[in-house]
Amino acid sequence: MKKWKVAAGVLVLSVCGVYASGQSMSVQVKETVLRDKPSFLGATVAKLSYGDQVTVTEEKSGWSQAGADGVQGWVHTSALTRKKITPVAGGGQVGTVASGDELALAGKGFSKEVEAEYKAQNKEVDFTEVDVMEKIVIPEQEMRQFLAEGDVATGKGGAM
Amino acid sequence: MKKHRILFLFGLTASSLLLFTACETLNQMTEMGTSIAVASGAIKEEDAQSINKSVSAVAKTFEDITPEQEYYIGRSVAATLLGQYKPYDDGVLTHYVNVLGQTLSRASGKPETFGGYHFLVLDTDEVNAFAAPGGLILVSRGLLKCCKTEDELASVLAHEVGHVQNEDGLRAISKSRLTSALTILATESAKGLGGEQLAEVTKAFEGSINDVTQTLVVNGYSRRQEYQADAAAVQIMESVGYDPNALIAMLSEMKKQIHGDSPGFAKTHPSPDDRIEAVRSQIKLSPRPAPKERQKRFETATASLR
Repeated sequence: MKKWKVAAGVLVLSVCGVYASGQSMSVQVKETVLRDKPSFLGATVAKLSYGDQVTVTEEKSGWSQAGADGVQGWVHTSALTRKKITPVAGGGQVGTVASGDELALAGKGFSKEVEAEYKAQNKEVDFTEVDVMEKIVIPEQEMRQFLAEGDVATGKGGAM
Repeated sequence: MKKHRILFLFGLTASSLLLFTACETLNQMTEMGTSIAVASGAIKEEDAQSINKSVSAVAKTFEDITPEQEYYIGRSVAATLLGQYKPYDDGVLTHYVNVLGQTLSRASGKPETFGGYHFLVLDTDEVNAFAAPGGLILVSRGLLKCCKTEDELASVLAHEVGHVQNEDGLRAISKSRLTSALTILATESAKGLGGEQLAEVTKAFEGSINDVTQTLVVNGYSRRQEYQADAAAVQIMESVGYDPNALIAMLSEMKKQIHGDSPGFAKTHPSPDDRIEAVRSQIKLSPRPAPKERQKRFETATASLR
């Protein structure tokens, strides 16, 4: 009887503990940055990569205040997950797998490996143009200049 | 001991249900609970596995697709679409559409996707646009031709960003396909897929690509999803500082361009009139003319279309 009481207690504590302040979260996008304020206008204070762990202490209008390696900053919450992501042994940052029980699915399944298999079976599907379009990344400075020159950010603003 | 096991299982189920609202997934918590229970000897490994499995079966929905998986689905969907349509060869226009589109995506509810937002113009007169999961957005030359201002173009791109934000592409994947694929994935080891599993998952992947592509090209999203993407477009435009009335102007123009038998948007979207009616109540401000500089750069960037 005692055993299961202890087990149930541990269960409740583990579950509640996860949601106390200082939530540990993982970066779920290829790359992003920590900024000095909760806005895309904020200056970059650190770079973050897929699977990086951060500790979130506050959430405000879609932005999370997070710390990583002693650096504090803000990152948009859509870049984070509560699931833990750990890299595959010998693999790079991208192409990570779940660390067993704590993470059911991240990084597994529909992955680079499966895409390669899909390509092998569907040779007529050409990824060349997809690779080309993915390389088009507009620098933030250019976006700001674009808005300013077009006299755009005169509405509610706040996006950039 | 048997009684204890039953009691524990009951307690575990009850506490799982009670705590579900505070938890990200029932899966995660149940697995945590069962591993504790196994460690303490309260339940056997087989019991734990069967609890985990039954909970997994309930939790398998498109929401379990991680951003990384969404990214790979999106890449293959875009590659498939690019087998049917060729890219429009105009570097200036492509760059302009990306500057505008990527800027708008920052104001969406989901500015961060695994691989980011990227835009491409398709070389077709058809009035059409496709948002592949994860943010690969393809817009036809025919649709761009309907746009008379940068604000109108912004409304088109913001509508597509809205579909990505709302994960409408992923919702097109049949539930049975996801259940089978995700169950394999859930039981798969961290070492990677074995030959047989790889074949199974690739089959599910291929099926998912077909589901999404079929919805984008042939069936269309539901009317509700289209109205929600329009609503997202209005929000995004207002947030960035574009005139959301441009969406109405754009839809009015589209109405002139497309007919019942036109391919593309006419087949897969509610009528422009219905969309205008739905979106009008959301827009509070009156239309405002675009500054000259903005109009000038729009005309320069889209010159090859005219």
